[in-house]
Amino acid sequence: MDRLTKDDVHPKILQKLLEDTDITIEDALENEMILNMGPQHPATHGVLRLLLRLDGETVIGCVPDVGYLHRGYEKMAENMSYYEFIPHTDRLDYISPMANNVAWVLAVEKLAGIEVPVRAQYIRMMIAELARIASHLVAIGSFAMDVGALTVFLWTLREREKILDIWDILCGARFTNSYTRIGGVANDAQPDALAKAKWFVDQLDNNLAECEKLLNTNRIFIERLDGIGVISKEDALSYGYTGPNLRASGVEFDLRRATPYLQYDKVDFKIPTFTEGDSLARYFVRVDEVRESAKIIRQVLQLMPQGEIKSNLPKSVLPQKAEVYSKMEELIHDFMIVNFGINPPVGEVYHAIEGSKGELGFYLVSKGEGHPWRCKIRSPSFIHIQSLPHLVKGRMISDVIAIIGSIDPIMGEADK
Amino acid sequence: MELKELISQKLKDNFPQVELEFSEYRSEFNVKLNKKFINPICKLLKEDSELEFLLCEDVTAVDWAKRKNRFTVVYHIFSLKHNFRLVLKADVDESDCAIDTVSSVWKTSNWQERETYDMYGIKFNNHPDLRRIYMPEEFEYYPLRKEFPLLGIPGSLSLPKK
Amino acid sequence: MGLEAKLNGDGFFVTKLDAVVAWARKNSVYPMPMGISCCAIEMMAAADPKYDIARFGSEVMRFTPRQCDLMIVAGTVTYKMSHVVKKIYDQMPDPKWVIAMGACTSSGGMYRSYSVVQGIDQFLPVDIYVGGCPPRPDNLLNALIQIQDKIGRTRARDFQNLKLPELNVIQNN
Repeated sequence: MDRLTKDDVHPKILQKLLEDTDITIEDALENEMILNMGPQHPATHGVLRLLLRLDGETVIGCVPDVGYLHRGYEKMAENMSYYEFIPHTDRLDYISPMANNVAWVLAVEKLAGIEVPVRAQYIRMMIAELARIASHLVAIGSFAMDVGALTVFLWTLREREKILDIWDILCGARFTNSYTRIGGVANDAQPDALAKAKWFVDQLDNNLAECEKLLNTNRIFIERLDGIGVISKEDALSYGYTGPNLRASGVEFDLRRATPYLQYDKVDFKIPTFTEGDSLARYFVRVDEVRESAKIIRQVLQLMPQGEIKSNLPKSVLPQKAEVYSKMEELIHDFMIVNFGINPPVGEVYHAIEGSKGELGFYLVSKGEGHPWRCKIRSPSFIHIQSLPHLVKGRMISDVIAIIGSIDPIMGEADK
Repeated sequence: MELKELISQKLKDNFPQVELEFSEYRSEFNVKLNKKFINPICKLLKEDSELEFLLCEDVTAVDWAKRKNRFTVVYHIFSLKHNFRLVLKADVDESDCAIDTVSSVWKTSNWQERETYDMYGIKFNNHPDLRRIYMPEEFEYYPLRKEFPLLGIPGSLSLPKK
Repeated sequence: MGLEAKLNGDGFFVTKLDAVVAWARKNSVYPMPMGISCCAIEMMAAADPKYDIARFGSEVMRFTPRQCDLMIVAGTVTYKMSHVVKKIYDQMPDPKWVIAMGACTSSGGMYRSYSVVQGIDQFLPVDIYVGGCPPRPDNLLNALIQIQDKIGRTRARDFQNLKLPELNVIQNN
């Protein structure tokens, strides 16, 4: 090994070395290191890159780098009609695809002033709540897996497979199903699917209790998460938190109660709120929300009336296929809507729903043409990732992973 | 007093020199204002004890392409106390493509303004960290402007060799 | 590329050794899941109790490229991410195979826009393309079986004299 010469050493260290006479080896070595938690890492939250500045194992600073999944949704929305964009909304928050469909379709209907029949509204509520349960199951499972409990992941995925079976019967696709249409839903809910949904919510409670038995009083789980990633009420509102993360910090705010949409004012459900604002509180909020969503689905299945599933506006809503093949006006309307799009009046609208991660909103500007002039997607994961530097300051590297898991970002939504 | 009248009254009382346009579309209350006063107006809306607009939902921009004021910056803010959403709009011209930042009022608008800068090229004065967020740093264009083609400009982004 | 790569000819001993080695390789394929977006969720579903991937020998999905044979690229690859994917592919030791899962990796999928690479075969050699958006887990298992067949037909001679790829290593100090 060659001896270090004066040119190899950093000038600041050299100066310090020359000043002090009783210097130890720890002083001479700089302790700060920049670590790259790259876009590809085992915590299954997608392609998020974090640059961490470490002092030993403690995090001093953190810079998130997003954009590795930026697919250009907003630019594509300006070039295709409102109908053609429905499959794209599936791939935004890809763990709960039906909820995004519902959000987009509600925004377009608000812009165009279209009323939807009651049965379709109840079906949309049911699929949105099923999507919320699916998303929270994956969130709980992968969060537990990040912290070290590998079994819970497989059990929650097993429950999620049952939901995917329900969607398979309902509309033919397990996942990324574009089931809603402007003016209603694509096809009627079969009695098979409704019976299976009822069976699912009835047995969900027991299976969820099994997973909880492993985690809720587990000493390792609690010590790993208690007091980690604390955010206060004022900071949470200032950072733009919505959804389960905000409810874990003490603010009882839920868009289903504040600005009711669909038929949420007719069903009865609690809003679980915790005040500590740490990762454990965010976990408990999600588990409680799964139970509340199951309650909502039971009530929806009881209240759902018989009736039509698509409204009857020839110029804006696609007509039924059987009529397109046999009647003249429906054929012409189908042609016009598919080729030129529905033409909502000039104006702009912002509509948000309570998605499973937070407030998912669409801002649409229309100039009277068949495609939007501007479409902005307000994605909750993007906003939550912004607060990561505030949450991880002073923590260790393994806490960073637990905090990311508790915030639950999905990069497909954050990067648009 | 009704909430919309309360808001317009407060704004007119505290900022008499600013010309404000109020309009309503599909039960959404819009306020159009001059871009120079955006920071003090937002501060008033957040800190006033009767209004309490604590949650800033969205900061974005619209490109009108062939008008004198080419861009409009749009702010959606929400008051939890009244469950009410307010829309603020400020026009920005292409020749003077800058507006004051509101990240001192709501911390969430930091990244939202970075995204607007990345997509449109609108600069935000006094922003703590204005740089690109979605596209790589060396990208030279602004993708969401209307003259940028959907398929991109060949050669603007690099691929690794096979 | 071990001792068996140095053996030439088609004698009985060499072909039997080839067959044994290929059988061992194909029944213990370790996939490297490059899970980027929605297809990654179906890949996770292929590993869950209903569509068990462990019964095909792919018990562990190691997230480190140094221990894997097969890279499953699942999800839309953008220009910013393509450098990362290529770097990880270079870090995998030979012999290695690539499955392009889903429509986005095969040809850009439904995203014809300024930031999505229209097919990963523009910078990676791909062995199997799986169609679907996203492909069902049974579809992915079918692709895995076909890769296993392909591996079962390889011979040791195929891995001789392979050119090493150029790595972008920055030499510090």
